[in-house]
Amino acid sequence: MTTSVLAGLVGAALVGLGLYGLVVHPHPLRKLLAFNLIGSGVFLVFGIIARRGAAAGFPYDPVPQAMVITGIVVAFAASAVAVALIWRLYSETGHVTLDPDAWTNPGPESES
Amino acid sequence: MSVLTFIDIGLSILVVTVAASTIVMRELFAAVVSYVAYGLLLAFVWIRLHAPDVALTEAAVGGGVTGVLLITAGKRLVPLRRTATEAEPTLILKVLAATLAALVACALAAAILMLPDEPPSLAPEAAAAASGPGAGLGNPITAVLISYRSFDTMLEKIVLILAVVAVWSIGTDRAWGNAPAPLRQARPYPAMVFLAQALVPIGALIGIHIFWVGADAPGGAFQGGALLAAMWMMAMMAQLAEPSRIDARWLRLALVAGPAVFLVIGLAGILMAGSFFAYPPNLAKPIILFIETFMVLSIAVALPMLVAGPPNEGLEP
Repeated sequence: MTTSVLAGLVGAALVGLGLYGLVVHPHPLRKLLAFNLIGSGVFLVFGIIARRGAAAGFPYDPVPQAMVITGIVVAFAASAVAVALIWRLYSETGHVTLDPDAWTNPGPESES
Repeated sequence: MSVLTFIDIGLSILVVTVAASTIVMRELFAAVVSYVAYGLLLAFVWIRLHAPDVALTEAAVGGGVTGVLLITAGKRLVPLRRTATEAEPTLILKVLAATLAALVACALAAAILMLPDEPPSLAPEAAAAASGPGAGLGNPITAVLISYRSFDTMLEKIVLILAVVAVWSIGTDRAWGNAPAPLRQARPYPAMVFLAQALVPIGALIGIHIFWVGADAPGGAFQGGALLAAMWMMAMMAQLAEPSRIDARWLRLALVAGPAVFLVIGLAGILMAGSFFAYPPNLAKPIILFIETFMVLSIAVALPMLVAGPPNEGLEP
C-alpha cells in the first residue's frame, strides 16, 4: 500500500467521522468542527489525485494542489461567516441551538 | 517495509484518532484544541504527499487561524454553557448516523482503491505555464496560482472580501462602523504580552520571507499572508493592538488592494500581451511579485477581520 493510497483512506475515514459528528452533535459550533473535518478529508482525497498525477518531471500534479490551497482559504472564510451567524443567533435569542422549540422560550435566565 | 512506511501508518492512525477525538470530546474547548492539533498533524500528511505548499497552508490557515476563530467563538459564547444542554441524540439516531457515515467512508475508500491506472494529469499544461507566462518562477504551485489558474485565485480573493462583508453585515444596524469586539476581554497575562512582543516582529519577518521565497520554493502569498495575519491577531490578543474600526479607510483599501491590483493587471494583459491575465514574458516575474505583494496585504488584513467578527455594539458610537 503506497503513501498516497493510505492518505486517501485517511481522507475517506475523515469524511465518515465528520459526517457522523455533523448528524449527532446538537451544538452548531460542534457541527462546524465536524463540517471542517469533512472538508479536509475531501482535500486529502483530492491530494492523492494530485500525487498520482505526477508527470512532466514533477513528483505531483501542481493544479489540484493549487486548488486545494485555494479551497483551504475559502473553507476558512465560510467557517468565519458561520461563526458570525451563530454569534448573532446567540445575541438575538440567548440560545445557541438549531432546535426550533427553544426559540419560543424567552432566554437563558428563565430556563432552569 | 521501510521506516517511512511505519511513519506513514503511525501518522495515519494518529490523524484519524485525533480527528475522532474532536468528534467525541464532551467539552467544546477540548474539541477545538483537538482540532488545532489535527490541523498540524494533517500538515505532516501533506508533506508525505510531496505537497509542502499545501502543508504550510493547512498548518497556518486550516489549523492555526481556524483554531483561533473557534476558540474566540467558544469564549464569546461562554454564557451559553448552561443553556447548551439540549436533548442528546437518541441511541437509534447515533447508530443510524454511524451506519450512514461508515457507508459513505467505505464507498469513498472503494473509489480510491479503484482509481484508474492511467491517472489524468494537468502537470504538462502546468509545466508549460510555468515556463511560459509564469516564466521565472521556480515554484510550479505559485506559477499555477498566479498564471495558469489566475482567474480562480483572483475570485478566491473576492470570496475573502465577500466573507468579510458578510461577517460585518451580520452585526446589528446600530453597530455598523464600530470596531469588532476585542479578541480577549480579560487582562492578558504578562507572559503572553512578552511572547507577543518578542514573537510578532520575528513572525512578521518570517511571513514576508515565506511570501518572497514562494516564487521559487514552497511558500507564497497565502502562507506568508496567513502568518502576518496570525501575528496581528497575536498582538490583538495581548492587547498591544486593537481591532480596527470597520469603516476605517485604510482597512477597506487594504482589503480590496489585492484583487483590485490583480484585476487591473489582468485587464492590462489584454492590451500588453494579447489576452486577459496574460503577462508579457520578459516582465512576468516582477509583475507576479507585484500582484502577490498586494495579495499578501489583503490576506493579512482579511483573515484577522474574519476572526474578529461582526462590529461590536457596546463601544463608543
